[in-house]
Amino acid sequence: MTDLTQFKRETTEWLEANCPASMRKTQTRSEGVFGGKKFTFPSDDAKLWFDLMVDKGWTAPQWAKEYGGAGLSSDEAKILNKEMDRLGCRKPLIGHGLWMLGPALLEYGTEQQKLEHLPKIARGEIRWCQGYSEPGSGSDLASLRCKAEDKGDHYLLNGQKSWTSDGDKADWIFCLVRTNDEGRKQEGITFLLFDMETPGITVRPVPLITGESHFCDTFLDNVEVPKDQVVGDVGKGWSVAKALLVHERTMMADIEKNMPKPKFSVDDYAKNYLSTDENGRLQDGLIRDRLAQHMIRDEAIKLTQRRAFEEGMAGDFDMRVATIFKYIGTEEKTNKDTLITDILGMAGAGWDTDNFSEDEQTKTHEWMSNKALTIAGGSSEVQLNVISKRALGLPEI
Amino acid sequence: MPLALNEEQRMLRDTARDFLQNDAPVNLMRQLRDDGNEQGYSDELWHKMIEMGWPAVAIPEQFGGLGFGFIGAGAILQEAGKTLANSPFFNTVALGAAAIIHGGNEAQQQTLLPKIAAGELTLALAHEESNHHQSRGIQCQANVDGEQLMINGSKQFVAEGANADLLIVSLRTAEPSDKKDGITLALIDPSTAGIKINRVNMIDSRNYAHIDFTNVIVSAGNVIGELDNSQTLLDKTLDHGRICLAAEMLGGAQAMLDKTVEYLKDREQFGRKIGAFQALQHRAAYMFAELEIAKSAVIHALSAIDENQDLALVASSAKTLANDCYRLITDEAVQMHGGIGLTDEMDIGFYLKRCRVSMQSLGDSGFHKNRFAKLNQF
Repeated sequence: MTDLTQFKRETTEWLEANCPASMRKTQTRSEGVFGGKKFTFPSDDAKLWFDLMVDKGWTAPQWAKEYGGAGLSSDEAKILNKEMDRLGCRKPLIGHGLWMLGPALLEYGTEQQKLEHLPKIARGEIRWCQGYSEPGSGSDLASLRCKAEDKGDHYLLNGQKSWTSDGDKADWIFCLVRTNDEGRKQEGITFLLFDMETPGITVRPVPLITGESHFCDTFLDNVEVPKDQVVGDVGKGWSVAKALLVHERTMMADIEKNMPKPKFSVDDYAKNYLSTDENGRLQDGLIRDRLAQHMIRDEAIKLTQRRAFEEGMAGDFDMRVATIFKYIGTEEKTNKDTLITDILGMAGAGWDTDNFSEDEQTKTHEWMSNKALTIAGGSSEVQLNVISKRALGLPEI
Repeated sequence: MPLALNEEQRMLRDTARDFLQNDAPVNLMRQLRDDGNEQGYSDELWHKMIEMGWPAVAIPEQFGGLGFGFIGAGAILQEAGKTLANSPFFNTVALGAAAIIHGGNEAQQQTLLPKIAAGELTLALAHEESNHHQSRGIQCQANVDGEQLMINGSKQFVAEGANADLLIVSLRTAEPSDKKDGITLALIDPSTAGIKINRVNMIDSRNYAHIDFTNVIVSAGNVIGELDNSQTLLDKTLDHGRICLAAEMLGGAQAMLDKTVEYLKDREQFGRKIGAFQALQHRAAYMFAELEIAKSAVIHALSAIDENQDLALVASSAKTLANDCYRLITDEAVQMHGGIGLTDEMDIGFYLKRCRVSMQSLGDSGFHKNRFAKLNQF
């Protein structure tokens, strides 16, 4: 215990002494440090903070030192995390390598693969992207068809991947391919790693309705991948991918935590943008009703998460309730975005940067980009399938 | 504020569940309805509840109560809602005892609360004056003359109004001013001269009454709380009722969801179980999710009572969500059962009817969202 107390004291002192003031504020996505060969730091402070943390091994505090980490125990890592949260320190490095592939490699990778890839991830030298979805395989991911032919010492890849996030900025990809067409569709899928500069790869960013393009189409045309770049067993890639999904959710929650808190609440928008009577009551009765409805539901959803935790601690939790969170949370979030843009009126439908305030632009942008929430990571319809099967025990369709 | 039951409260809930499923199944309610029982509950059941100490659960220990708090009362009501078990419990404890706990003077508390706890006294709140729940604008008048009040006016839709031993009546005793709201609550014996109780039959087969007061004389000693200034006490009492009624409603919603899901797994059409149709699966899944978030708002509100927190927002949130999910689930229960859902033989109609009355009681969702908006200044 005294060791941990000492660790905590030293950690706090070090963070206070070394974390630049500008790195102790919330950050937007564009300020995130993703690393990789093509990456330019958003500021000198970001670079300084990143270098200091890499030296400590604190970008991946729990990874062993030979893998680029600091070899902290889970108690120590918790202390570090907590202190960083308390002091408001930004994550020095984020991304798919650190939060998704890394943990999967630790579980499924060979020693050689760990030594090869983990240190480069922890030091931010290589940025990773994920090649899962295909044009014909979205919600039904296991139907994927990207073909990997066995050519003795290597696989020959042909096919297309969609929604490769930041595929144009990444150096390497972890990818699901089909090595066998027979049997259950989940079997015959293999988890592969390869360099995005391998001949035969074409990456094309896809412009989205927001005007941005975080995602790419990735075309694989006779791409040769050495066999020692398979993670886990051949034909068992589905298990690796599922394990990784858990890490994806943790990552999303972590990113959310680091995002700036919204400047205004929904009712602030209503009061600022809509007319009220002499008692301060909104004159638009429909908006007023929707606003009350949203605030009541939003709070009830948060309470449900807390209730699940407390009932879990008391050993009185009905596990079936866990199936509703993705569905109910994302539906309410998009409902909120829609409500805000409705309140903003034309100011919530602007495109240029001169006639609309930064906040108006953000809200308009969020309304569009958050439409992805009810689609990505299992669409609302897939979630309802899950609730009806797992929580209600209804029969297969 | 805790959102999970503690060990004792869980035991209370589990005991209540077993007891009510066995001793007060929906058939008991059906029997009362078929017999035209005007009281709307079984004396035998109420006596068993008293033996188990239920009227005492939410009464503070110094007044002969068991100190389980309103979370305990809510757990019982939720289980009672599952089988539509009616008794004087709700009106006596959630409204009557709440008013006395928060507004009664020491003498009133020491005489009345132990009697409630022992099951020797039942209460009803005579408050509504129209088809829609209101908490303001009371017109039922009382003139205060020295040591007595003279009441003229009428109250409507008083739950347990023709059954209860004593009524708590909300009265206008003065015009509102800067200092006082003009509202007074008083305990009145329903057999007092000048009181006329007219029974009203409602679709849920429980006991309701319109009550007329003509020159009814009551001693000023019967006033609960401050004379001419008890709107806050009334609101607090109503909030206790709203929260506890929401708990009962969740029980009914749970029973209807379970029954409907069971039916979807059993009924076959087009050569398969209808529960295999995605159009029904998604609606059932939605019902499940809606009920779970409503449960969180209700336990949060019950917890707020026990922790002595402000109740207005949490009560309005809880009642809104309970109203909406009970309505959704009973409507869907009928629809998914199809034609047989409309037959008297199935119990579904009983829940549908109870749902409609409880939605209107103590505020529908429009009332509560309006109140929520006002409290949040928009």
